[in-house]
Amino acid sequence: MSLATDPQPSAAAQLSPERLREAYRLMLAIRRFDERALELYRAGEIRGTTHPYIGMEAVAVGVCSALEPDDYVSSTHRGHGHTIAKGGDMRRMMAELLGRATGYCGGKGGSMHIADMERNMLGANGIVGGGMGLATGAALTAKLRGARQVAICFFGDGALNQGILHEVSNLAAIWQLPVVYVCENNQYAMSARADWSVAGGDPAGRARAYGIPGVTVDGMDFFAVYDAASALVARARRGEGPAYLVCDTYRYHGHHAGDPLNYRDRAEVERWRRHDPIERLRRALVERGVLSAAEADALDQQVQAAVEDAVAFAKSSPEPSVDQLMTDIYA
Amino acid sequence: MAVPTAPAAGAPSAGGTVRHLTYAEALNEALREEMRRDPSVFVMGEDVAVWGGGGVFGVTRGLVEEFGPERVRDTPISEEAIAAVAVGAALTGSRPVAEIMYVDFMGLAMDPIANQAAKLRYMFGGKARVPVVIRAQEGAGRGNAAQHSQSLEAWFCHIPGLKVVTPSTPYDAKGLLKAAIRDDNPVIFLEHKVLYGLRGPVPEGEYTVPLGVADVKREGRHVTVVGIHTMVHKALQAAEQLAAEGIELEVIDPRTLVPLDEETIVNSVRKTGRLIVSHEAYRNAGYGAEIVSRVVEAAFDYLDAPPQRVCARDVPVPYAAPLEQAALPQVADLVATARALVRKEL
Repeated sequence: MSLATDPQPSAAAQLSPERLREAYRLMLAIRRFDERALELYRAGEIRGTTHPYIGMEAVAVGVCSALEPDDYVSSTHRGHGHTIAKGGDMRRMMAELLGRATGYCGGKGGSMHIADMERNMLGANGIVGGGMGLATGAALTAKLRGARQVAICFFGDGALNQGILHEVSNLAAIWQLPVVYVCENNQYAMSARADWSVAGGDPAGRARAYGIPGVTVDGMDFFAVYDAASALVARARRGEGPAYLVCDTYRYHGHHAGDPLNYRDRAEVERWRRHDPIERLRRALVERGVLSAAEADALDQQVQAAVEDAVAFAKSSPEPSVDQLMTDIYA
Repeated sequence: MAVPTAPAAGAPSAGGTVRHLTYAEALNEALREEMRRDPSVFVMGEDVAVWGGGGVFGVTRGLVEEFGPERVRDTPISEEAIAAVAVGAALTGSRPVAEIMYVDFMGLAMDPIANQAAKLRYMFGGKARVPVVIRAQEGAGRGNAAQHSQSLEAWFCHIPGLKVVTPSTPYDAKGLLKAAIRDDNPVIFLEHKVLYGLRGPVPEGEYTVPLGVADVKREGRHVTVVGIHTMVHKALQAAEQLAAEGIELEVIDPRTLVPLDEETIVNSVRKTGRLIVSHEAYRNAGYGAEIVSRVVEAAFDYLDAPPQRVCARDVPVPYAAPLEQAALPQVADLVATARALVRKEL
């Protein structure tokens, strides 16, 4: 479906060099953070599980680069990328992963529940589709207040088949709420292939049922994501209602750190890796003269140092005191 | 059951003129006053605005005229979205009062209630507030059959992070709803469909009934009866009957199940030595069992007889009147059980 106002193809081109460098830095940060989280998980330092965002960085950063600081974001179980893209603090994130008192949630949430309420990041969510109501409700708050805020609901292809998506899409459409539903189609819901589990074969096409725009973009391309998100966010901000943005992307690693990965072949992974979003953005920025290769390498070094600093901060932080067990249940 | 008469005890003491409002009118007044007081309060649910002037039981009657369709929002039939969107709105600074038309439909809305509203604050390390009220009505007695007559309060009491309110009188309904709306936590506010027409004294002017404070609706020396919703009124009727025999019931309405005013209940049992819990919810794993456990833990040595549950039978609520009445706990059941407790026949 075409947009009421088609995205300006040059929207991303209008981004300042500073903002482009920042986008690149954020994508690197997501990758290095989650690479390190996987190492820590394998070393037995992270309990439960962790869901790496590696490979999907252009989606979180492309969308969040199109937002104002007070716009809302709801996330998923695979939430590290959204938190970092929204400006979250890697120290507090890593401390939460390691179950420390200094973590975002004081060690009470872990990877799947990191929220940054000061940045209107409404939390990762352990329930598939759990963020849909939160983002839609945030959009309702914005509308009732007459604020110009927009809410982004990130969700995976697996959540395309949750009933709540139908209910909130319908409600947001009839109420014209300022929310953009961003489907990160990383092709798999655990082992379920999206080309098998999603009837109709076209997630964005489902938007037609609600009379709202549905746009599909190459989710491995920062510029494509940013352009489409900018157009849909601007539209929502003007009071023209919700939309679907489907980003075709891929998770390089398993669903979580313990995934047997028996349901896809390596050739497929390699095909997607050839479109790596960070490599592509780097090439584009170097070509445009936004960044030299040496500067790009230096940025990567800085990011890796920041991740190591976050790990050191987390490891040197205390575990939560047991006397915190029964606090924070009620306000 | 027929609409009960106004309770003899628990009458309001606030100053000003006392009117006799119905339970539905009292709830309506609470919503109206809170919406006037706080612009972040709004109402959403199925048929809350247009139908019959506001709500299938009239609780939201006239609100859309006063506050407009932005703050009195009819929704499609989408219970999960109603609950989920209300939770999201609450998380971002609104104070929604969402209505699920029948508690039986809560099954469709459970994830946002049990996994989002109840847990967000804790999971986020105390950095969120979810001041949402989710209203529904429950209970049997009108021939609505198995999917429109249940009392499901125990579902919500089981989940840490929720508060659960069950008013039995117009006075309590108004004061508790105002307190629930002002509370910074998710509150499941359960009304009873048979009680909507009940008239009772409601004073003019401002008051709230705090969450977590039980009300002794009638004092007595021999048997403590903790009743929920209609069972408060049936217990008061049973108390009248037994008074003629010299058996005194002390009738306690917990008013809120979470938090539970355990102290008032335990102190009563310390005095009477006998306990009956009574609700229209199924006996098996009902909240009465929790109340019995708390009393046994706190006052075992004071008990003169085994605590008793006078609750609904463990059967889907049937349609035909004789079957429905047989499934529900009745005044006669309370009378017989109390008598047996006092006569040491149990």
